[in-house]
Amino acid sequence: MTALILLAPLALGMGLLGLVLFLWTLRSGQYDDLDGAASRILFDDSERPKK
Amino acid sequence: MTALARITPEVLRASTASCAHCNAPAHGARFCCAGCEAAHELVAGLGLDAFYHRRTTEAGQLRPDRLAPADVSAHAVVDGDGHRLSLMLSGLTCGACVWLVENALLREADITHARANLAARRLDIAWRGPAARGNDFAAVLARLGFRAAPWSAACLSAAEDAEGRALTRAFGIAAFGSMNVMLASVAVWAGTDMGEATRGFLHWLAALVALPVVAYAGMPFYRSAFCALRAGRLNMDMAVSLGVLATTAMSLSEALRNGPFTWFDGATALLALLLGGRVLDRAARRRARQSVAELLALQGGGVTRLDGTGGAAACAVDAVRAGDRLLVATGERLRLDGRAASATLLDTAATTGEALPRGFAAGVALPAGAVNLGAPFVLAVTAAAKDGSIAAMARLLEQGAAARGRYVSLADRAARIYVPVAHAVAFGTFLGWWLLAGVTWQEALVPAVAALIITCPCGLAIAVPAVQVVAVGALFRRGVLVTSPTALERLASADRVVLDKTGTLTLGQPELLGAHEPALLRRAAMLAHASRHPLARALLRACPDAPAATDAVEEPGQGVRAGDARIGNAAFCGARDDGQGMTLWFRADAGAAPVALRFADRLRDDADHAVAALGALGLRAELLSGDGARSVADAARAAGIGEWRAGVSPAEKAARMDALAAAGARPLMVGDGLNDAAALSRAHVSASMGDGTDLAQAAADIVLQGRAPLAALPGAVVAARRAQQIARQNIAMSLAYNLVAVPCAVLGLATPLIAAVVMATSSIAVILNALRAEAAP
Repeated sequence: MTALILLAPLALGMGLLGLVLFLWTLRSGQYDDLDGAASRILFDDSERPKK
Repeated sequence: MTALARITPEVLRASTASCAHCNAPAHGARFCCAGCEAAHELVAGLGLDAFYHRRTTEAGQLRPDRLAPADVSAHAVVDGDGHRLSLMLSGLTCGACVWLVENALLREADITHARANLAARRLDIAWRGPAARGNDFAAVLARLGFRAAPWSAACLSAAEDAEGRALTRAFGIAAFGSMNVMLASVAVWAGTDMGEATRGFLHWLAALVALPVVAYAGMPFYRSAFCALRAGRLNMDMAVSLGVLATTAMSLSEALRNGPFTWFDGATALLALLLGGRVLDRAARRRARQSVAELLALQGGGVTRLDGTGGAAACAVDAVRAGDRLLVATGERLRLDGRAASATLLDTAATTGEALPRGFAAGVALPAGAVNLGAPFVLAVTAAAKDGSIAAMARLLEQGAAARGRYVSLADRAARIYVPVAHAVAFGTFLGWWLLAGVTWQEALVPAVAALIITCPCGLAIAVPAVQVVAVGALFRRGVLVTSPTALERLASADRVVLDKTGTLTLGQPELLGAHEPALLRRAAMLAHASRHPLARALLRACPDAPAATDAVEEPGQGVRAGDARIGNAAFCGARDDGQGMTLWFRADAGAAPVALRFADRLRDDADHAVAALGALGLRAELLSGDGARSVADAARAAGIGEWRAGVSPAEKAARMDALAAAGARPLMVGDGLNDAAALSRAHVSASMGDGTDLAQAAADIVLQGRAPLAALPGAVVAARRAQQIARQNIAMSLAYNLVAVPCAVLGLATPLIAAVVMATSSIAVILNALRAEAAP
């Protein structure tokens, strides 16, 4: 029982952390362009040439 | 050379002789056209050649258009000291395109932000300086071969950011909830030697997670059920809502009296599974809707309005009022009804179905939707967009769509029988245990709600959407865009196919007939560059590598002249009109005899095969066209269609649909023009061509894309029938599960563990079965 008092909130907390991260990724639009994101990783040069 | 290249394009494409920019066959040269050469120079000049090693675009797709890009600067939004603009970008099909577009724009000194979205084909840019720079950026994109159009409301609604995101968020929360509730539930299931206090603690732990999840993630279902209930209908969401809420209430009561089990896991897992199905369902159709919105956005665009002082300004179609004067450029589509002060030559294929352009006298009412093929003219607008003929047509479409909205899908038909039965069983179980077996009402609630959650669920609610997701996705890959949720079901039951002629059964564009001397063809094509007449365009397609004659002058309605060389109608070239239909006369110089170049609006290559295949599937074909009797009869004979009608007005086409429906037939209407739109919306199910008009595409349930659109139609019917059959199997399968599980629940033998196993296995079974819908016919 005593172990549960520690472990249950810990497990729930980790789950919540995952949920908050998911909501953040959703809000910042990271699922809007899954195809684009997959190829963006291959762009090797800097976005803008130094002028 | 040209003739050879036409015979062996495959060989040439396989060799290195493809265009260095757009990858289309270049007939031995480095580039296929001047546009591509300029584009390649631009890319190389910017130091972005890496694009060519990475692109995976289809051959010919990136060939720059000769047309001037649409005026987009009117849509720029002021942002600080600069402007922002969202564009719909056609041709954006691979990661390398995204890279090229972004980097080419970022090379412009005043661009502050450029980001392309590959899934939505959307480009967001921001820059410092005046709004007019927007057009310069669109011009850069056009030179690279990408066509830009303002990001319209239609694109936005197709992308459905807000709604789709809300659904994904609900799914994420439900998935989190169901997994974490299991943490407590599995402990209770496994903990046979567990103390009462520990069990109580775990019950409340589960409640702590499940209550907010049920309250939030269930909202889409509660809302839909409430709407259906208010309209006096029962739908599957009703069963889901009641099941979830009753289970939660019962579990709460069990937690309060510290009973052996709570059922929070069942409620949350049910929500998570169903929401997952909905997210997938939406994603599948979203892609189709976006592709349609992309086609529409490219056709949209503004108009040029003349002010009193002689100036002209681009403005949106909605801003034009009756009495305004618009400048209609050569090749521009009339967006509004009006009259011209001078005689005009219009291509009315989209509005009436006539294959050849027709002259209109000064002061005659001109139909919106026609394309100006003559000289630019001033249009006096007689009705604003919302009062015009196109809006009237759109209202007709809405009526048709509303009638179609009353179509009851298979899932809803199943729900109408199933929901009352399931609820009656649950209520009977409750009464039976409480009154006959004499237990307390809380204890009687447990088997009753167990029956409810075991019956309501997954299998049945997922049974149909899962099949839809798979079938719609498979059809999408074959160029068939399914935009309406019940389109597949209606397509499966179609027993008649009604086809339009111009643009549907035929290519909608004339093609050069017969063999001609290449040198002569080349000289004629040089002149044809100066005209937008459909026959001139057709000549250019037959001889694409001819350069433009520098001194060519077009005489609207007559022909093109360059020195002594002339191309045009018979009188213009000094020939006698022989009444042979689509003919261009060409006279190489003053003394030469005029040569007749004959054209025909050819049937699509796949037309007769498609008609035969549809006939084999039990769909008898019928041809309805606004064109003359002779050409309709020819087309019908060539395509193997026995029944045809010519000179049919748009209203008569729609009336024919109603007549067929009244006679008990379920017609599949296939069309592409404005004159087909009303019939498309009245038909049992309808399909339109990817290159058809915007209204026709909006009115249709299915849009056929690609090189052989008609050939895809029989395949789509087969796929729809197969999907329908699998959906029926799925419903039967989940009912079979219930036959075993429900008696279990009614007798009070079911535990949450059994419910979870039944739910999971029945869901997996129907999903696996649904995957069979993927198979190509």
